[in-house]
Amino acid sequence: MININEVIETNEMIKNMNLDVRTITMGISLLDCIGGTLEETCTRIYDKITSSAKDLVATGEDISKKYGIPIVNKRISVTPIALVGGSVCKTSDDFVEIAKALDRAAKTCGVNFIGGYSALVCKGMTKADELLIRSIPKALTETDMVCSSVNTGSTKTGINMDAVKLIGEIIKETAELTKENDSIGCAKFVVFCNAPDDNPFMAGAFHGVTEADKIINVGVSGPGVVKAAIEQVRGENFEVLCETIKKTAFKITRVGQLVAKEASERLGIPFGIIDLSLAPTPAVGDSVGEILEEIGLEYSGAPGTTAALAMLNDQVKKGGVMASSYVGGLSGAFIPVSEDQRMIDAVTAGALSLEKLEAMTCVCSVGLDMIAIPGDTKATTISGIIADEMALGMVNQKTTAVRIIPVIGKKVGDQATFGGLLGYAPIMPVNSFSCDAFINRGGRIPAPIHSFKN
Amino acid sequence: MKKTIISVIGKDKVGIIAKVCVYLADNNINILDIAQTIVNGYFNMMMVVDANGSSKHHETIADDLQAIGEELGVQIKAQQEDIFNMMHRL
Repeated sequence: MININEVIETNEMIKNMNLDVRTITMGISLLDCIGGTLEETCTRIYDKITSSAKDLVATGEDISKKYGIPIVNKRISVTPIALVGGSVCKTSDDFVEIAKALDRAAKTCGVNFIGGYSALVCKGMTKADELLIRSIPKALTETDMVCSSVNTGSTKTGINMDAVKLIGEIIKETAELTKENDSIGCAKFVVFCNAPDDNPFMAGAFHGVTEADKIINVGVSGPGVVKAAIEQVRGENFEVLCETIKKTAFKITRVGQLVAKEASERLGIPFGIIDLSLAPTPAVGDSVGEILEEIGLEYSGAPGTTAALAMLNDQVKKGGVMASSYVGGLSGAFIPVSEDQRMIDAVTAGALSLEKLEAMTCVCSVGLDMIAIPGDTKATTISGIIADEMALGMVNQKTTAVRIIPVIGKKVGDQATFGGLLGYAPIMPVNSFSCDAFINRGGRIPAPIHSFKN
Repeated sequence: MKKTIISVIGKDKVGIIAKVCVYLADNNINILDIAQTIVNGYFNMMMVVDANGSSKHHETIADDLQAIGEELGVQIKAQQEDIFNMMHRL
């Protein structure tokens, strides 16, 4: 029989430590929505999404009430649109029409984001891929809910440097079009290496072509719970620390598993994966930076940060995999700057640099996330930052990503405000030496050798 | 049989259990177990109940109890037992 202390512990986690299920994301394949004309395709897309996900939000709310656990976001991911729109979109503006159809569908369903305005170009770009990528600035400006991503590299294929170059320009253009709102359009766009097909988190969620027609993926969170747990073992050795993190990750993930199974049954859609990520929010007590500090660092970015993060990430996975039958997505600790109050503080204090963040992304999911840089940063420099991050993912056989925001009109020392879960960020300095000649070479970086590991 | 866990947290005062019990009786909800304790000066109570005989859905019961809690100045939650089993039992 359940005892009162267990009830108190669970409810304390929910009430005081921000334990929540971060997202229920419904993946929907749009491959059967390709029509003879653009208009017909848009109509089919709208109809399939709105009929598939009509009960998603209500179901999430019911489950939330049943177990007394907040389910913060309900989202939709769809097949990469470059694949869906290829035959009917002759211009970038045609793709924007599909983005608008996605936006309308998301609004009708009441979800807070729809992901999958995406292209998979890790080896090469089709005409459709290129048109879609060129349409991203306009699509993200003219829609509210649509999120976009591009996979530009993988361990098996290498890095598509033509795409990386183009994306540097696209990010600048998106920033320019949304400059009235601190270039917020860029917050809805991620560039990946080794993008997973089943990621439930935005902005990088899309429904991969290897997936079933529809699927339910759930992202759990809970940095506050981990922080509170390790406060109890302050000063203890790493063995005790690791055990504590594992046990806590287990408990958090079990809640996600419960919610995922129930959502899957109620909606009549198969359960896909649980994404075990520590996803911070700007709320105090919901921060990965705070965990790193509790582990023993004055600020994130201090020497030892990479080791601490590697340990944290590994323990979260070790605890989590036992709690769920299927684990996937990104699964690890997220280190977005603008969405984590203590990361923001670390940047402001001068403890955390772009280069240290890059090192941290070698050992955790996902990458350089929600980083604001000066608006006058060159497109080639942005491409260079992306190329570095893609190389880390490619060589280390892991997912890496970049979500970077050149905030037009702002410089180092200023602050960009995105609002809500996206938070705010101090503008970080960028190495200003040129990589123009490197980026302008064009072509592909070949896949790395998979032997002689050193 | 799925059980529901009702938990009350707040400042202790006369009549909290009485008021909750009257609501449960009126709605044909059977109490299986009650435990209470004081943590950090706050009154904590847990009831394990069987609401399967009630004509009300879980959502309505949870809302009603929350409203009763607000009247009394305490927090009352009704949760299905699975969340605790999942979290604390292998």
